[in-house]
Amino acid sequence: MLAVDLLIQGIVQGAIYALIALGLTLIYGLLRILHVAHAALFTLGGYVGVIVTNQTGSLTLALFSSMVLVGLLGMLIYRVAYRPLLDKPPLVALIASIGLFIAFEELFRIVFGSYGLSFHNPPLRTQVELGGGLLLSYSRILIIVMAVSFLSVLAWLSSRTRTGVAWRATVTDPQMAASFGINVENVRYLNFFIGSALAGAAGVMVVLLTNLAEPTMGAVASYKALAIIVLGGLGSVRGTLIAALAIGIVESFGTVYIGHILDRDAIAFAFLIIALMLRPQGLLRAG
Amino acid sequence: MAYEIILATTMAITVLFALSLNIITGFCGQVSLGHAAFYGLGAYTGAMLTKAGWPLIAALPPAAVVAGSVGFVVGLASLRVRHDFLAITTMGVAFLFVGLVRKQEWLGGEIGISGIPAAQFGRPGLLVLSIICAALFAALAVYIKRSWMGFAFDSIANDEDTARVLGIDVPRFKLWAFVIGTSGAGIAGALYAHHVRYIGPDSFGFVESVTVLAMVIIGGVGSVWAVALAAAVLSVLPLWFQFVSDYKLLIYGLLVFGVMRFSPDGIAGAVKRLLNRRS
Repeated sequence: MLAVDLLIQGIVQGAIYALIALGLTLIYGLLRILHVAHAALFTLGGYVGVIVTNQTGSLTLALFSSMVLVGLLGMLIYRVAYRPLLDKPPLVALIASIGLFIAFEELFRIVFGSYGLSFHNPPLRTQVELGGGLLLSYSRILIIVMAVSFLSVLAWLSSRTRTGVAWRATVTDPQMAASFGINVENVRYLNFFIGSALAGAAGVMVVLLTNLAEPTMGAVASYKALAIIVLGGLGSVRGTLIAALAIGIVESFGTVYIGHILDRDAIAFAFLIIALMLRPQGLLRAG
Repeated sequence: MAYEIILATTMAITVLFALSLNIITGFCGQVSLGHAAFYGLGAYTGAMLTKAGWPLIAALPPAAVVAGSVGFVVGLASLRVRHDFLAITTMGVAFLFVGLVRKQEWLGGEIGISGIPAAQFGRPGLLVLSIICAALFAALAVYIKRSWMGFAFDSIANDEDTARVLGIDVPRFKLWAFVIGTSGAGIAGALYAHHVRYIGPDSFGFVESVTVLAMVIIGGVGSVWAVALAAAVLSVLPLWFQFVSDYKLLIYGLLVFGVMRFSPDGIAGAVKRLLNRRS
């Protein structure tokens, strides 16, 4: 029974990783930027989630406002930080992004306090029995359901709508797409909006699980999400999803079975290094 | 006077640390997001040895050797993965190091190693030793830059595939870059351990790796004097901001972002542009 329990934990964790990493991989696929500050958007999503829920009592409204707000901030970051750096070596954008991330983390600490914020009455804490003594809280079920539905909507958008087709065309070949009359700039803004909104949603979900929005909650997300998109093959959406689930599950089993020699993060990265040595191009090729 | 000595020692050690990364990232173009792991390896090796009764000077070479050997292994990884993949792999190495040390009782585990013996020649002596090490390493860096190896590094940084076509033994030079760079970091780490006299797994985390990379980039990739200058200034910058202590990291982050946004080739680039405008 322990194995099933660990598997479910791993899947929940993997679903959260997937939502964070998806935005990163979209941005990498389009602009070849390792967007570390993405994790700051994730943290902000958590804060907005807690604040709006506490003020209005509605978790739905909180999720919605968090996604919109964080999405808009993502677009702003693109406009102010990345657009002027697009023709520079990728390392420049990476360091700029790290600087931005440090600044944001501090800003959250100064504005919201270093102890973090919690829900006045944490929603969805009730647990359901799945049979065989397995307990699962509603928040975990909601996380899996939301992750699956977001991803399906995204898959539908990208394959069945004009905007989605334009987006995929731009990822494959920006110049060719532009010559076919696609406004590449709009696609980039849209990309940042969707990617950041997903990170915002992930922030709300993590806060649902931990009941604490704190300035440093983005730290884990910042580097682990990078590891996931690299493992997935940088820019490959399907690869990212597989890698997110794999890392979530490896972590959850690893902490139990080899936790006495390596801590949680080290297990994830040990797995990453082994996987990359075997497949240097990541699990799936971008495309 | 004691305070100035401590500041100057911090500066000298950080300069050595940044110059060592400059060999790998600046000269050879291999991005490392895990350089603090080698700093940590040197620090732990040095600390264990002096606690066992070795003099500090004798502990420096083993620190360099341990860090350099692990650096060699990571260098092997750089033959397999490139660019962003390599950056993330080196980041993974840093987490692996911290995660391993955290769980090793004989290395102090979570708590770290305290009570590291002071250098037997006192604080001023440690300062002199640090400056000598940093100066020697800077001289080595300048020498490498002008040598055949420097040209080879440069060609790999610019275009690895072309370098290979031109008959440059790319794997060999990459490994050299990693070994030299990580050994330097090992020495810096051993000095650091005897400077602060307490080390723990959290002294060598991701933030430290990123900070030293930021020094190299802000200085100007590949330029020895500019990287040394950036490291010297940035290492004590948070102390200068004490008067705004609550905001010092905020300012630091914005500064790193600002330099990249407005002068992507760092201080070296900004100075070059300024000189060109004058003439």
